[in-house]
Amino acid sequence: MSKIVVLAKQVPDTANIRGKAMKEDGTVNRAALPAIFNPEDLNALETALQIKEKLGWKVVLITMGPPKAIEVIKDALYRGADEGYLVTDKKFAGSDTWATSYILAAAIRKIGGVKMVIAGRQAIDGDTAQVGPQVAERLGFNQVTYVTALDEVSQDAVVVERDGEFQTEVIRAPLPVLLTVTATANTPRYPSARNMLRYFKSDIAANIPPEKREIYDRNGWVIPVLDFAALDAKEEFIGLKGSPTKVHAIKDIAFSGGSLKMYDAHVEGVKMLVRDLLKEYVEVNS
Amino acid sequence: MKTAIFIEKRAGTERLRNVSLELTGKAAALMAPFKGEVVGIYVGDKLPEDSGDLFVYGMSRLVFYHNEHLKNLHSTAIKEVVVQFIQKEKPDIVLFGATHTGRDIAPLVASKIHTGLTADCTQLVIDDYKDKGKILYQIRPAFGGNILATIVTPDHRPMMATVREGVMPLPEHKADNPVKVEEFRPDFRDEWLRNEFLSIVPKKSKVDFSRANIIVSGGAGVGSRENFKLIFQLAEALNAEVGASRAAVDFGFVEKERQVGQTGSVVRPKLYIACGISGSIQHRAGMEESKKILAINKDPNAPIFSIAHLGLVGDLKEVVPLMIRYLREEG
Ligand SMILES: Cc1cc2nc3c(=O)[nH]c(=O)nc-3n(C[C@H](O)[C@H](O)[C@H](O)COP(=O)(O)OP(=O)(O)OC[C@H]3O[C@@H](n4cnc5c(N)ncnc54)[C@H](O)[C@@H]3O)c2cc1C
Ligand SMILES: Nc1ncnc2c1ncn2[C@@H]1O[C@H](COP(=O)(O)O)[C@@H](O)[C@H]1O
Repeated sequence: MSKIVVLAKQVPDTANIRGKAMKEDGTVNRAALPAIFNPEDLNALETALQIKEKLGWKVVLITMGPPKAIEVIKDALYRGADEGYLVTDKKFAGSDTWATSYILAAAIRKIGGVKMVIAGRQAIDGDTAQVGPQVAERLGFNQVTYVTALDEVSQDAVVVERDGEFQTEVIRAPLPVLLTVTATANTPRYPSARNMLRYFKSDIAANIPPEKREIYDRNGWVIPVLDFAALDAKEEFIGLKGSPTKVHAIKDIAFSGGSLKMYDAHVEGVKMLVRDLLKEYVEVNS
Repeated sequence: MKTAIFIEKRAGTERLRNVSLELTGKAAALMAPFKGEVVGIYVGDKLPEDSGDLFVYGMSRLVFYHNEHLKNLHSTAIKEVVVQFIQKEKPDIVLFGATHTGRDIAPLVASKIHTGLTADCTQLVIDDYKDKGKILYQIRPAFGGNILATIVTPDHRPMMATVREGVMPLPEHKADNPVKVEEFRPDFRDEWLRNEFLSIVPKKSKVDFSRANIIVSGGAGVGSRENFKLIFQLAEALNAEVGASRAAVDFGFVEKERQVGQTGSVVRPKLYIACGISGSIQHRAGMEESKKILAINKDPNAPIFSIAHLGLVGDLKEVVPLMIRYLREEG
């Protein structure tokens, strides 16, 4: 059976920062940032599930991250994915988009039988929108980015709409293809109660006590892990060392407005504001 | 030193995208101290009509790969052509606009030639780095605009970055280099043309933030589609463009193209007027580089006031009509 891979990342919820984004030592304060399923990756998953409904293909989710990222896999299983792989290894830590896409492409090759890969347009922690295209390039797949709608799908091609900024492009893309989808592509379905019951206990082998292993195996609760040894990947191309880009410095952005001039909301204040606007800013238009 | 720029047309027109000029101007300024060169590459069916402007902003050569099929975004083919161009020209730096085209092609190129790519830079600086000599410091916001990261690519060449439209101001200084266009003949394979473009429909709304000196934006606080007319009227009185927060777009007050912020447009007008916008991190990511910010909000504690230069605490439904009236009287 052909497979559709969905790439999903667990990301800090940058919209709901509790406390300071950075610690005193200059590292990111993950504790202040609750971890969530990257929003547009939910749209990627929904697209894959819709294709599964039409063609019966298997939906396989892949996430690369620390063991905690199994939360994303479980969430995807609850929503209807068939399988989820955790790509994790200490050696992967510090990978930039080049190294991440190298590792994800190796994982996709390992899984085999993949005719379509669907990623989110971008992850909200970095907003780079690079990992999708770079995975396509590594795999030699065709690609369509900024997909806003899935119109048709068959065994050998998809017809999608693409947001070309000033125009909407309707594109017939032969398979194998990688799509990156935007938030407007669809409304992600909710987790189903049935699937939640079914996969609630799912975990990676390392967390399962040996005596329970048999029950876990029998029920399909074991989340498979792909580590460095499981992949056909070169050590010089992964992790911090294998990443062409390096973070040289980071700093918290302090929001200081400098001098704030306030105006009164009554007639005189608004008049003064309008006069200041006309004096200082509006002539630039004439 | 040499910087290469990926040149784009604005879809649906025969003219350059602003970001191509902005990057040319920026690159020329970066190269000037080293007597470096700025080279453009344009891949497509026809050169932009106003390509000459690139030379006014400091480009020394424009390399043109002419292919009638590449009017549309054939990612694989354009990637292969750009890779061959880079292998031939060996630039130290390659810049792309962080447009939907640039963000489609740049990662493919960086992957193929095995180098680093830094997305959506807001500042670019050349300076010494350890024993590597001069390199490009690529500065960009991350974590939803909560931190500013400086990224470097010490060991791979070229160093690649994308920059959003409107982020680098157009330089005042003009170069007046002679126009020099070179034809480029890379190896080309038809199998690189994979996708079929069934139809291309121009988008209706023609919002153009890049040319607006003033932007008036409305947020959830505007309250309704009906009230949003006030925002349009204020904009009209100021000869301004209309923007919006995502909440205003989600409520259906205005169309999505007007959204300013992390997932909308990044704008940098001379004056940004935020009406009924709280000033979330995601919204600020798209407008805090504005020269002056005026916030109108009924909540004195709204975070927007922490980045504003001018402020008015009040109900916009009363304040904005007054502003419109006085603008018409005085203007
Ligand atoms: C991944 C992600 C990406 C996002 N991207 C963007 C983005 O690109 N752009 C964006 O804007 N948001 C974005 N958001 C959403 C963002 O987090 C906020 O929800 C949004 O910006 C809030 O919009 P607002 O300020 O209009 O609404 P609110 O936060 O609800 O603020 C409304 C404001 O109006 C004031 N107000 C109410 N009534 C009046 C009145 N009568 N007169 C005067 N003032 C009044 C209130 O005091 C309040 O401050 C994103 C969120 C996420 C998670
Ligand atoms: N660590 C990861 N694991 C799985 N998918 C990822 C990972 N990082 C990025 N992606 C995918 O690539 C898309 C773009 O990510 P980015 O380039 O970081 O903006 C995301 O929306 C995901 O679909």
